[in-house]
Amino acid sequence: MTTQQLRPIRGVHNAPLEEFYTSGHRTCQGCESALVLRLMVKAAGPRTIVLGSTGCMYVANTTYYSTPWVVPWMHTQLGSSGSAATGTAAGLKALMQKGKMRDEPINVISFCGDGGGVDMGLSAISASLTHPEYNHLVLLYDNESYANTDIQASGSSPWGANTTFSPPGRERRIMNTRWKKNTAIMLAHGHPKSRYFATGCPSYSLDLMNKVRKALTIGGPTFIHTFDPCPKGWDYDPKYSHELGMMAVEAGLWVQWEMEDGKLTYNGPSRMIATGRRKRRPVVEYLKRQGRFAHFTEEDIAYFQAQVDEMWEKWGTPGISSVKLDLTGDRA
Amino acid sequence: MTTRTQTPVEREELISGSEAIARACALADIDVVTAYPIRPYDTVMQFVSKLIADGELKCEFIIAESEHSQFEIVKHASAVGARTFVGSSGVGWFYAMEAIAVTAGLRLPVVAMVGNRALDDPGAFGCEHNDALAVRDLGWLLTWVSSGQEALDTALIAWRVAEDPRVFLPCAISADGAFLTHAQQMVRVPDKGLVERFLPPYRRGEFQLHPDNPITIAPQVNEDWLMEMRKQSDAAMRRARGVIVEACDAFERVFGRKLTPFVEEYMTEDADTILVGMGTLAMPIKVAVRRLRAQGQKVGFLRLKWFRPFPVEDVQRVLSRAKAVGVIDRDYSFGSPFHSGVLSHEVRSALYDAAARPPMVSFVAGLGGREVTQPLATEMFTIAGQVARSGRSDNETYWIGVRGKQS
Ligand SMILES: Cc1ncc(C[n+]2csc(CCOP(=O)(O)OP(=O)(O)O)c2C)c(N)n1
Ligand code: SF4
Ligand SMILES: [Mg+2]
Repeated sequence: MTTQQLRPIRGVHNAPLEEFYTSGHRTCQGCESALVLRLMVKAAGPRTIVLGSTGCMYVANTTYYSTPWVVPWMHTQLGSSGSAATGTAAGLKALMQKGKMRDEPINVISFCGDGGGVDMGLSAISASLTHPEYNHLVLLYDNESYANTDIQASGSSPWGANTTFSPPGRERRIMNTRWKKNTAIMLAHGHPKSRYFATGCPSYSLDLMNKVRKALTIGGPTFIHTFDPCPKGWDYDPKYSHELGMMAVEAGLWVQWEMEDGKLTYNGPSRMIATGRRKRRPVVEYLKRQGRFAHFTEEDIAYFQAQVDEMWEKWGTPGISSVKLDLTGDRA
Repeated sequence: MTTRTQTPVEREELISGSEAIARACALADIDVVTAYPIRPYDTVMQFVSKLIADGELKCEFIIAESEHSQFEIVKHASAVGARTFVGSSGVGWFYAMEAIAVTAGLRLPVVAMVGNRALDDPGAFGCEHNDALAVRDLGWLLTWVSSGQEALDTALIAWRVAEDPRVFLPCAISADGAFLTHAQQMVRVPDKGLVERFLPPYRRGEFQLHPDNPITIAPQVNEDWLMEMRKQSDAAMRRARGVIVEACDAFERVFGRKLTPFVEEYMTEDADTILVGMGTLAMPIKVAVRRLRAQGQKVGFLRLKWFRPFPVEDVQRVLSRAKAVGVIDRDYSFGSPFHSGVLSHEVRSALYDAAARPPMVSFVAGLGGREVTQPLATEMFTIAGQVARSGRSDNETYWIGVRGKQS
């Protein structure tokens, strides 16, 4: 099956003006996940079907009679973004190949949150990436919590963050102790026949739109993971959403990269950091701006910084993958 | 006169129940099918994959990584207008339960086979009906077949009824694990041309998810709209009754074989004592009926083919003339009224309003695939016969063929 040939957008002035995600939703002011969806479908264009799993981007987005979606949209279950992509793409392929539907390339994008993708739906996303015969993109928008259900810790919530399941109390600080962020590279490692994996952040909108275009054009199943500041869940003034996204990238906490046919490249500020042309900003600036880290002690901040330092200084692929090659012990 | 060469329109073959349904998949030209292994249903997918490999069926065959995904994938394929087939057994069916529930809520005409299996733990592959019965309230059409022929015929009917825009509900075909899924029988397999005359293409119409029809499916409706939508599902299930009758009529016109839509009556016309059951239980019970009839006992058997929609008129018509009714459940409903199985409650509820309400007794039999032998079948007729003589319901539920104390 062929794909739509979506050309890269050269410069923000050349971005299409047409919107396919418009008014009608009721996401929070400053919601970066909503912006991700707007950019995603702006890049994809009108001949697109979007599937969305349960979460803020379903519940706050699509109320009966006031959908923001100009393109066809369908809900899928919390752990089903991968299956929704596969099922939709398979249905279209079968109908077109059997002459039951006009043959044309239709973009299939299935999105999920971190709860739906990093946790519950991981196995279905993995399965969807094993089908080179279907063209689709799974986009994981990561607001670092189960936001819709009141901000509970997910596998993708940062270490120590205050969530409604990990409150620092008088007697005990229930801290989120998990450190799991690199879902895209984890999936990239295991699905060598999928041609495109990337991370993105709506603070870098052009980069994100072009990644969506590449993912849809290249063919087969693809995956993008975005980092989306969430004013409600992270507890900050909505006007700082963009700035926080940039701070996370500049602190090296979130790494912008893409991998095309196995070739990995850093993008934007992450590239500058990786090539030593720019120093990472201290994470403390980023942490201090958000209420979810207000309980952090000096030691917590130092620990957090040490983790980020380790990502960049000790990992085999700095900031992205801890896998290191070691042939010294070989007894050939 | 020129000699006409007779083209066979149906060919008899020795195949299992699972293979019969697989053959129906090819005849119906399904577009997307998803598989995941669990005994005993998965035999159907082994046959489907072989048909595809041999070029007898062109469709997307997806090996899912779990039953949840298996059912979600066909759900989404159905939303873009693809004809779908899926299936499971026992705990696999339960693993997919979220997807199963919303498929009905979305009014997507997915057709599924349930190879009835116990919900182990403790480990058991054998037949029990609790798996399929778990969806009885959700808006799934639910039918139980008792032979390979019926499995094939019912599958064709299932797509026709489920995909009828007046219905648009998913349909589960229950086939008793091992007894039907694996047992071979002679089955008449029709020609594809004949099936095309019976089964129109699936058209999703204004509900099709496609860029030419940019709708939003399943937005948040909450208390504002959910109740109206549930009522629409209710109306669809009510309409399904008539659509099933129509389908059976059309079936006879096209294939020349008469099907009674909802129930099979076996020597019930003059019967004093009637046992009621579903699926392959029919075989030993019918044998028992013949043997007891030979001894002069007026006994009969009523087999329900459809559980949803429930054939309340047929049940009332047939059973209200009996002196006693015994309902056999190959399932359980612990803590329920009279501690019987599910079918027994449904029959009781259907009879509550009947012109003449016969005395009843409930049986639980054949759990975990345990065989219902002739002595056990006779035992049930004996207990039901006592009820007939006493003229009063026995509210005990008898576990037939179980070791140890009854209560
Ligand atoms: C199977 C299942 N379990 C739980 C829920 C409840 N639930 C609804 S939205 C949601 C949060 C999902 O979090 P995420 O995927 O991160 O999306 P977000 O709300 O953060 O946008 C949960 C847990 C559900 N809908 N389905
Ligand atoms: S809680 Fe966060 S993700 Fe949800 S709508 Fe508000 S800002 Fe967006
Ligand atoms: Mg989230």
